[in-house]
Amino acid sequence: MNSDSTGRAELGFLARLANTTSRRKFVQWAGVTVGVVAIGCGDDNNGGTGPGSQDVNLGTGDTGVLNYAYALEQLEAAFYVQVIATPYAGITPDETAILTDIRDHEVIHRNFLKTALGANAIADLSVDFASIDFTSRTSVLGAAKTFEDLGVSAYNGAGALLTDVNNLLVAGKIVSVEARHAAAIRDLLAPKSAAIGFAGDDVIGADGLDQSNPPPTVLAAADTYVTTTINASGLPTS
Amino acid sequence: MFKNNAFDALDPEIINRVVSRRDALRKAGNAAGAMAIASVPVAFAVMAKDAFAQGMPGDVTSVLNFALTLEYLEDEFYRTGLATSGLIAAENVPVFQQISKHETAHVALLLSALGGSAVAKPTFDFTAGGVFDPFGDSAQFLALSQGFEDTGVRAYKGQAGNLISDGATLTIALRIHSVEARHASEVRRIRGFKGWITNADVDVAALAPSYAGEDNKTQAGVDISGLGTAAAVTEAFDEPLTSDQVLAIAGLFIAA
Repeated sequence: MNSDSTGRAELGFLARLANTTSRRKFVQWAGVTVGVVAIGCGDDNNGGTGPGSQDVNLGTGDTGVLNYAYALEQLEAAFYVQVIATPYAGITPDETAILTDIRDHEVIHRNFLKTALGANAIADLSVDFASIDFTSRTSVLGAAKTFEDLGVSAYNGAGALLTDVNNLLVAGKIVSVEARHAAAIRDLLAPKSAAIGFAGDDVIGADGLDQSNPPPTVLAAADTYVTTTINASGLPTS
Repeated sequence: MFKNNAFDALDPEIINRVVSRRDALRKAGNAAGAMAIASVPVAFAVMAKDAFAQGMPGDVTSVLNFALTLEYLEDEFYRTGLATSGLIAAENVPVFQQISKHETAHVALLLSALGGSAVAKPTFDFTAGGVFDPFGDSAQFLALSQGFEDTGVRAYKGQAGNLISDGATLTIALRIHSVEARHASEVRRIRGFKGWITNADVDVAALAPSYAGEDNKTQAGVDISGLGTAAAVTEAFDEPLTSDQVLAIAGLFIAA
């Protein structure tokens, strides 16, 4: 890996996002961010163990952006499938209903994107939720908030990377549902709170705008939960 | 291109449509009760006739003025609601203060972006000519809030494609769009409903036009009906409204 000698500032930033136990992949993300690591890095096949853990390359253009969305939806779907399979202690009927709906939506998003991408779809990702305590309401809802806010910021940042209005429209159809999820999860954690609730000051700026993040930032944050190494070097940057 | 008053810029045909619908609603409202009318729109937005002549706002300025009018409406609606003593339950006041703050910020942002091209703020009539009583009836206030937010999400979504060649503006619009969706989710849940839209369902018949088409099950040419229950596949995707659709349910809250 050739990133250790470059991009120190980015490394420091990404270190706060990335799981420190996945140093190898973290460095690769940093490489993507600073433009040092190109496609060649995707040849590294040590990113995980077992089926589905091969490196994936998102590709280029609109296909790449849709694969990026597909990767995030795979992650979200896998998380909520686990949440419903092993409910946390003290889960309420209202919470079960909300989380079951969200699971269904994310599975639908995942399967839709896989179908839409067809032969261009990336392989199944391997996930690692070891950092989440699925018996704990706080841990599960905290992770859900992270995933939903991250998803919103990802789609908001990806819109301008798309060139086909039909792809932009379908991304728009999904992102507002992710935002609805984010608000509901946040409201479970902080009911009717202006500071940290559904559209709290911690996520909506004084300008009234939601978050928007470019793919390298989003993927670095998601990296904590993904074993497969994702090569995003072909994605458009503007 | 744009006149000083948004209503002045309306196509005469649109004005006629709005006026005739207002009259029809007023009569129906007197007969049947305000919230039970099948066709009462949740309204929004006016469209400069130059842009409407093309079917949709085809340039960035038109899109932003379209958005500005929606934000003017939302901003005044929440300001008035919050200023009306006893209307909003104390536990919900922080929610509506937060929403109001965002709508005010959106107006300021759009005004700043548009500069001298900005349309003027219309005069709103949130009773829609005497049909509604949102500032005298807290349930109606909440119902209209839901309608405004869900329609706002659809309106922004419908304009995204018109901004695809202006990435910076598109990103700003998307960042407003998701805020409106957060608002919608919260208001829906305060009203006792899911934060997401199932089929084209809405509890208040008067709001039905704002939900028309939300039961779509074909996305980007893919039939998604086999990917989950009918409820879930429609909840998983929010649908756009074209400017014409918005106009068809719009104008009732714009008095002049």
